[in-house]
Amino acid sequence: MIEAHALTKTFDGILAVDALSLRIEPGSVFAFLGPNGAGKTTTIRMLTSILAPTSGWAKVAGYDVVRQAPQVRASVGVLTEQHGLYERMKALEYLEFFGRIYHLPASLIRRRAKDLMERFGLADSINRRVGEFSKGMKQKIALVRAMLHNPPILLLDEPTSAMDPQSAKQVRDAIIELKADHKRTIILTTHNLTEAQQLADRIGVIRRGRLIANGTFDELSTRFVGEPIMELRLGQPLNGLSDELRHELDITESGPDWLRYRTATPETTNPALLNKLISNGAQVITLAEVPRSLEMVYLQIVAEDENQAEKVARHGNHN
Amino acid sequence: MTLRNALIITQREVRDSFRDWRIMGPIFTLTLIFPLLAQGMTEAITNFFEENGATASQVEVLLPLLPLIVGFFPISISLVIALETFVGEKERRSLEPLLSTPLTNIELYLGKALAAMIPPLLASYLGIGVYVTGLIASGQWTPPAVVIVQILLLTTAQALVMVTGAVVVSSQTTSTRASNLLASFIILPTSFLVLFESLVIVNNRLDALWWVLVGLVVTVMILLRMGVQLFNREELLGRAIDNINLQWLWGLFRKQFTKGAKNLVAWYRQSVFPTLREMRPAMLVVVIAIVGMFIGGIVIARVQTQWQIPAGYATERSELVKNFEQTINLGNGVLSVGGIFMQNLRVLSVASFLAIFTLGVMSIFFGSVTFGALGFLLGQPIVATLGAGTIAAALIPHSLAELPAIIIAAGAATRLGAIFTAPPKGQGVMEAWVRAFADLIKVWIALVIPLLLIGAVLETVLTPRLVLAVLGG
Repeated sequence: MIEAHALTKTFDGILAVDALSLRIEPGSVFAFLGPNGAGKTTTIRMLTSILAPTSGWAKVAGYDVVRQAPQVRASVGVLTEQHGLYERMKALEYLEFFGRIYHLPASLIRRRAKDLMERFGLADSINRRVGEFSKGMKQKIALVRAMLHNPPILLLDEPTSAMDPQSAKQVRDAIIELKADHKRTIILTTHNLTEAQQLADRIGVIRRGRLIANGTFDELSTRFVGEPIMELRLGQPLNGLSDELRHELDITESGPDWLRYRTATPETTNPALLNKLISNGAQVITLAEVPRSLEMVYLQIVAEDENQAEKVARHGNHN
Repeated sequence: MTLRNALIITQREVRDSFRDWRIMGPIFTLTLIFPLLAQGMTEAITNFFEENGATASQVEVLLPLLPLIVGFFPISISLVIALETFVGEKERRSLEPLLSTPLTNIELYLGKALAAMIPPLLASYLGIGVYVTGLIASGQWTPPAVVIVQILLLTTAQALVMVTGAVVVSSQTTSTRASNLLASFIILPTSFLVLFESLVIVNNRLDALWWVLVGLVVTVMILLRMGVQLFNREELLGRAIDNINLQWLWGLFRKQFTKGAKNLVAWYRQSVFPTLREMRPAMLVVVIAIVGMFIGGIVIARVQTQWQIPAGYATERSELVKNFEQTINLGNGVLSVGGIFMQNLRVLSVASFLAIFTLGVMSIFFGSVTFGALGFLLGQPIVATLGAGTIAAALIPHSLAELPAIIIAAGAATRLGAIFTAPPKGQGVMEAWVRAFADLIKVWIALVIPLLLIGAVLETVLTPRLVLAVLGG
């Protein structure tokens, strides 16, 4: 589990992370979204006990990031933003080096290294120099390094950024598997919103060092883009039906043979609507939720924060 | 556990160095080819001097020079490797995965420092070995064992100085370009040191090389302490760019200077006196140095009888009275108050300035050396003839103001210089230095300058009159 309370970091007077609080349960993936320079990497570095918070506290796998830094670092596997490999080393040599740092027995290091490399399709490259690897392969070997000591916490900074679609899928599958099999806590930072939506149980958006949104996708989309919108399509023109339904539904848009409405309770609203339409002899072709993407939600979150910041600035100027 | 973990790093880095032809090429050349060249040079030098009338023993004085040089060239590469392993790795972003492991800062530091030293040192020992073996085998010269030991120890100490210095440099830079520029601050003094060692050898003062070695060991210890303090995750990764943020620096200075005080009384209470409390360890060091110098001065005056002022120099009492009357007359003018004030101000300013470049050593020295001279004067047997009353009258009144001023000023400067070696936890070197500098300016304005002024007035107006009164003039 990862827990942070009012975690703050300043560098030479510049506020990089501002009172960030969060809680991530074991066996879940938390996607950390935000523009470049928002404070994601600094937060991850604090959670890895590489940087000490200026104020606030955080516990990772039950250990305090300041007082129990070595235990924290032993409990986390980190994939850094830039993979930072030793290019003159062979893949196995590289993994053996990190395995020794974690005091793993030589036989276990070799076994795990081989298993993980096989999982990521690198089995044939175990004795090749890392410098000869493609960008995607380097990313994978860095991921293998992060997972080598079987840590309960994984902090993955852009894990699929340099990968081809097939490799990216392998990594995504591995993340889902890791979460389910070993009750791992995983933090994922990414700019790939589709990936975040697919993998994350909870999503946090950080901007200018502040965590401006935190919740499940459904929670965030309801909060920032409103209740789900349903789209009804009929086999004939709506005619007067639209006016009649307007009393019962919150209709947002309509066309000759379709309409969209917003509802907080689709489980009761939709069957009631269908019953009514069918009893009136209407031909219902489809009734489905209008898909909402994380991108839509994210952009809305950022836009609202921007508006808020402008308001504060204006208010400050008037004073 | 520390050494075992450090050696994991060392092993990898050394193996990496051995795989890098850019490192191994020069090492190989300097280890094998340079000693052979040096051997030819030795023969040429020997022949040249002997042909020009030098005796064999005169030529032999010069011969230890070359093993020293042969050893120095390979170890100069340790600086390159150190900068490469520290800053190079930071630049290639391969340091962060290492920093994410449970290794402690000291393990990382030790592992990398050893890795930077081992290949060049091995090359250096091998080079010296090849050279000396060649000399012995060709019957040119058999160096005494003590010279070989001295050269090996000096070479090792020089390598240590360069590597520990490189760590300090690399912790404060983010690119190899910047660190290479700063590396001249290490390689140039080390080269001058080798020149100095050469001079010592040419002057046939091989015993003085032991003192050079002691000096190097002390330097290594200071740099090691600085390195251990500065080589930490926070400094290495928290420093993203080398740009100077003047606005931030000014804000930091102002905040540290005022501590939020709104008026003069509040400033003394909230800012000046708490700073004095924080400066206590540095001031204690200065006080210990003052006491040590003072006692040392007295002891020297008593023990070194050849340096004592001859008893015949004892001035007649009437002569003394006349002198003090003249002093009083001079003291009636502002110039004398200003003169004494400016002199004290000058000495303390220079001491503070030099403290910055000497890690606080020069402020301790300047702050205490006068007391050594004072101890020496008071320790003179003829001074006893003046009587305790006269001495007390001559020293105590203005010392009451000047002594605290010296202790405070030298303490603040020592703290400012020494802050490089151990910035307080949670503060970068720049932040810690700006805070210490603000504290120095603060105590100068609030205490040192007023105390020096009071001291100068007392020394000009009161002290001579008191002495005159005691002398009965």
